[in-house]
Amino acid sequence: MSHWSEATQERAREIIARYPQKRSAVMPLLYLAMAEEGYLTNEGMEEVARWVDITPAQVQAVATFYTMYKRRPTGRYLVSCCTSISCMLLGGDDVLHAVEDESGVPHGETGADGLLSVEHVECIGACGGAPAVQVNYELIEGVTPDKARDLVRWLDTARPDVVNTDEMQELFGGVRSFDWAIREGEGAKGPYPAFQALGTVGREGET
Amino acid sequence: MTYPLVVTRRMTDHPADSHTLERYEATSGYEQARRALTMTRDELVEEIKTSGLLGRGGAAFSAGLKWSFLAPARPSYLVINGDESEPGTFKDRQLLERDPHQMLEGVIITAIANEVHHAFIYIRGEYPKPARRVQTAVDEAYARGYLGKGIFGSDYDLEVTVHLGAGAYICGEETALINSLEGLRGEPRLKPPYFPAAKGLYMQPTIVNNVETVSNLPHILAMGSEEFIEIGHPLDTGTFMISISGHVNKPGNYELPHGLTWRHLIYDIAGGVPGGREIKAIVPGGASAPWFIPEIHLEDQITKDVCAEAGSMLGSGAVIVMDETTCMVRAAERIVRFFAHESCGQCTPCREGTTWMEMILRRIEEGQGRAVDLDLLLDVSDGISVGLAWPPKMTTICPLGPSAVSPVLALRDYFRDEVDEHVKMAGCPLKKVEAHA
Repeated sequence: MSHWSEATQERAREIIARYPQKRSAVMPLLYLAMAEEGYLTNEGMEEVARWVDITPAQVQAVATFYTMYKRRPTGRYLVSCCTSISCMLLGGDDVLHAVEDESGVPHGETGADGLLSVEHVECIGACGGAPAVQVNYELIEGVTPDKARDLVRWLDTARPDVVNTDEMQELFGGVRSFDWAIREGEGAKGPYPAFQALGTVGREGET
Repeated sequence: MTYPLVVTRRMTDHPADSHTLERYEATSGYEQARRALTMTRDELVEEIKTSGLLGRGGAAFSAGLKWSFLAPARPSYLVINGDESEPGTFKDRQLLERDPHQMLEGVIITAIANEVHHAFIYIRGEYPKPARRVQTAVDEAYARGYLGKGIFGSDYDLEVTVHLGAGAYICGEETALINSLEGLRGEPRLKPPYFPAAKGLYMQPTIVNNVETVSNLPHILAMGSEEFIEIGHPLDTGTFMISISGHVNKPGNYELPHGLTWRHLIYDIAGGVPGGREIKAIVPGGASAPWFIPEIHLEDQITKDVCAEAGSMLGSGAVIVMDETTCMVRAAERIVRFFAHESCGQCTPCREGTTWMEMILRRIEEGQGRAVDLDLLLDVSDGISVGLAWPPKMTTICPLGPSAVSPVLALRDYFRDEVDEHVKMAGCPLKKVEAHA
């Protein structure tokens, strides 16, 4: 028996159909499980195991390998500050400290009210717009410590349902890795990447 | 000064809508995919071989040759590597986001050349916006009949699945990427026997190509390999994307021909160093690459071969410039920390070695270093990369561990005094900054 809603189950079926072997759907299904519950629970991993016919231990082995599968309750907004080499050279550590100080949440932890999680991350591919920060994986480039404080206050007061990279870049960003051109409205609804590979249906499963 | 643009031409000429299907088709888009359907596998492979196109993911291997190695067993698969995660690299992000149809046409051409009927585009998890753009492009292509059953009205079927990673640098290594795509931990496989061309995805013959590599293909077919060779350097044809970051006035991606000098790149193209400060070190090809110093390397040409002769590599084309205010121990610690964090844990020298290197570098930076620490670092490094040679003699399945040695070699060769000073002063002589993590 699935714990997921009928809509989520339908998405799971569509995702699995996009791969020649169903085990390949483990990663997108783990994201689906996170979207369902806000983070990856043991029940979520068991559910994924049932969908692709492997053991929960095998699912857990995958889930623990990747940093973006959060197995502990995660804030509504996950603030990830890059402190890899290029961001470090241009003050990424100061941006991280500003986020920690303004929010009162040390990196690696979640605030008591469940609003913010703060982490420092390795390179997020925004080195030309260093230092960079992501909120629920939506990117902001060219962030200063002051702007980072503004960002934390904005998340606390505005509490947007959807966070969008273009909007946050305008409000809190600076130098960018390249011209982003037009602005789009799509964005993240929780601490997982805003992407659904569901536009088209792939081949029927071969196994 | 201007240089011929290939993969960034459309986004430069049409910045507002280069990612749309309308713009793509208005600028000769999908003409070469149609043409490829009329060509044989041999013709296509030969054309790309002749063009001299080298893989742009870091290994710089001939793309045409790679295709020619594909075993005849079927089904075979194509995997596009968009798991760009090497610190300093952000070029594929721009290509995916700003011209997704160009990459997709390259996917179609590659699929036809290799008789592939299911391609996967693996995009790193931290790139949701590029992934959305690519998925939109894929949807549009399906809607027009450019993907799916009988593409472009032919009898050729091609399915494309966009797959999102979840935060693991090692999945950029092609066999780790294949494991990841199979729903396994992203651990590299041993080569041999697991060469993707023979035993790849689902143990079937598989081509793994980088985003920038396939983005070049429509242009090579359009202009012909002769003209492509004219651009750039005879041994390193066409253009390549350089991502330049760190202490430069104009960081960003630049599409350039091979063969320019580092001086020209840093001072003329990237606008020089802020405040007119001196360069202290250059990472020439992503965090894995051994460092250059301006006194020796600034006038060198930027080509694969010159870089290799100088004991480093162009890698993913990521250039990181560090000025005179940068603490080299701190910079080394940050790069080594990356590899320690990203080690998949399979091979002991890498898993244990990178972790120890990170801890030793941190204690030097924080003022608890000992006089023997540099030798200790070199000893641990030797355990990962025997003889500290370049290219490395590996004790590991993949090159991740040996990559972590590069910053330590820079400390040994160019910045030994700075390490000693840290030990003597019990702290960083340049700037006392609280180390993080």
